[in-house]
Amino acid sequence: MGRKLLTENINVPGIQSLDVYRQHGGYEGLKIALGMSPDAIVEEVKKSGLRGRGGAGFPTGMKWSFLAKPDGVPRHLVCNADESEPGTFKDRYMMERIPHLLIEGMAIGSFALGANTSYIYIRGELLYVFHILQKAIDDAYAAGLLGKNIMGSGFDFDLHVHCGAGAYICGEETALIESLEGKRGNPRIKPPFPAIQGLWQRPTVVNNVESVMAVVPIVKMGGDEYAKIGVGKSTGTKLISACGHINKPGVYEIELGLPVEEFIYSDEYCGGIRNGKALKAVVAGGSSVPILPKDLILKLSNGEPRLMTYESLSDGGFITGTMLGSGGFIVMDEDTSVVKNLYTFSRFYHHESCGQCSPCREGTGWMEKILHKILDGHGTLEDVDLLWDIQSKIEGKTICPLGEAAAWPVASAIRHFRSEFEEYVKNPSSIKKDNHYYRLNNISPEVA
Amino acid sequence: MNNENKLKFSDDALALAQRMIKRYPEGKQKSALIPLLHVAQAEFGGWLSSDAMDYVASLLDITSIEVYEVASFYSMFNLKPVGKCVIEVCHTGPCWLLGSDDIVKYIEKKLSIKAGQTTADGMFTLKTVECLASCGTAPMMQIGDTYHENLTLSKVDDIIHECKATVVDHVTHWSKKEIK
Repeated sequence: MGRKLLTENINVPGIQSLDVYRQHGGYEGLKIALGMSPDAIVEEVKKSGLRGRGGAGFPTGMKWSFLAKPDGVPRHLVCNADESEPGTFKDRYMMERIPHLLIEGMAIGSFALGANTSYIYIRGELLYVFHILQKAIDDAYAAGLLGKNIMGSGFDFDLHVHCGAGAYICGEETALIESLEGKRGNPRIKPPFPAIQGLWQRPTVVNNVESVMAVVPIVKMGGDEYAKIGVGKSTGTKLISACGHINKPGVYEIELGLPVEEFIYSDEYCGGIRNGKALKAVVAGGSSVPILPKDLILKLSNGEPRLMTYESLSDGGFITGTMLGSGGFIVMDEDTSVVKNLYTFSRFYHHESCGQCSPCREGTGWMEKILHKILDGHGTLEDVDLLWDIQSKIEGKTICPLGEAAAWPVASAIRHFRSEFEEYVKNPSSIKKDNHYYRLNNISPEVA
Repeated sequence: MNNENKLKFSDDALALAQRMIKRYPEGKQKSALIPLLHVAQAEFGGWLSSDAMDYVASLLDITSIEVYEVASFYSMFNLKPVGKCVIEVCHTGPCWLLGSDDIVKYIEKKLSIKAGQTTADGMFTLKTVECLASCGTAPMMQIGDTYHENLTLSKVDDIIHECKATVVDHVTHWSKKEIK
């Protein structure tokens, strides 16, 4: 049983409320932090080795230390709660069940960065979570944990929750900042980085919900202790959103370093593949990361077990590896059409492209159309090559990483499952028709 | 156009809008645009007419085009009228793996409309949407601010029956709940 740092009290009845949260050690991390110097907190986060939990994996402490501090210019901490990466639902789960952990993390982070006003940017669809956070913030204000002179420390801190309105791209930090300024979510050209010119051109740090929450146990236990959990540069615990054809979908907090095979098959986690089926493929870190077939996700190319760490999952580069990403772990059984799954991803990226850069705006649409053509039974072998060509011309040629996010699933599906594309092209009758009626109430397909 | 604009927020919604504007520094009131568009959509029948957007522009002291370009960017803003009950079925990979296509087909047949359309009586609009962060409880659909998860066809029947019985205006929470 791995250690739980974020989800230890997640099942305590009433933990959503301030009183119960405080009865279980809530806001003690903030109390400790307010007794430290801001720089000392940044130092602890650096020592912890915490890496951004939203997907990019950039060291959080280093990001904090880059923040510019010009005299007389306000600074901001912005929490990225725009969780929209297909396969990822950990932040929603946490904010809904234990909202005060996020508020406590925001207060600690803002104190460390010298930010007197901070924002939580939550995706607009999560209106009910917006209200949960708002209630928690109101309660924290009433208890003196937010507002003027919090906990008698002399530090004034205001926290607001701000909602988006449906745009995956706003999870990209500069697009999020644009959106928070009341504009279209078009990513900015960097530099300048947000740490120098972010929200309203002021120095800004944008951190994922899970990263902000992780600061609470880091302050409580110390960065060195946190860094003892995990393997190498993958320290601490990570929330994994597990979904797809598994027996126990859900959010699991794992110690980084857990073998992938154990995560999929152990009853403590995914509980194996549903309906006694065999595993076909896994998308291990949200829809953007390369899909891997069973053999490569379970083992490295040298035959050693693959582990749930940043390094082990990316071992072999994109030839035989993938990425930990956001921890959105999508499992597919032997009956799954990898081509159809890819089509839903390509449709997604086409829908979500902001349209600024031609390779992404046009390329995502072309890829969706070609995949649709193949699934419609009209594909040719040249179409498969054309798909490969298009994805290779998006990668690295766009302002923000949505281009890569759209290209990598296509590249990896062709790399590892080319025979399935070719089979669909040569023999359209082999194209799998969706039939989930066995699951949806055993109603026969004739209903539709 | 602005001179003929008759649309106005209710007193409650106007007070809510003012509180939201105050969350941002002076001179940065444009930041309240997206929250205010949500309020406007809830106030004005579930969609944003150009009059509604002009009104929001006047509240924030920004130009109308600044509102239009934002409203047209975000998928939650409806620029055409919608039904009283908007059913949004997620159809991205993780939901598709567990049968979202069949959920869509089933609702299309049940309501005799295609995704993207509204029933003749103006009751239901059916939309397919991209990932709503509910992959572990797939397939799912959202109606208003409620997530309906782990869907089965009989669950869909119950939910639609419920919608007919109690007309739920899909974003009423924006104006009815107390937001400080």
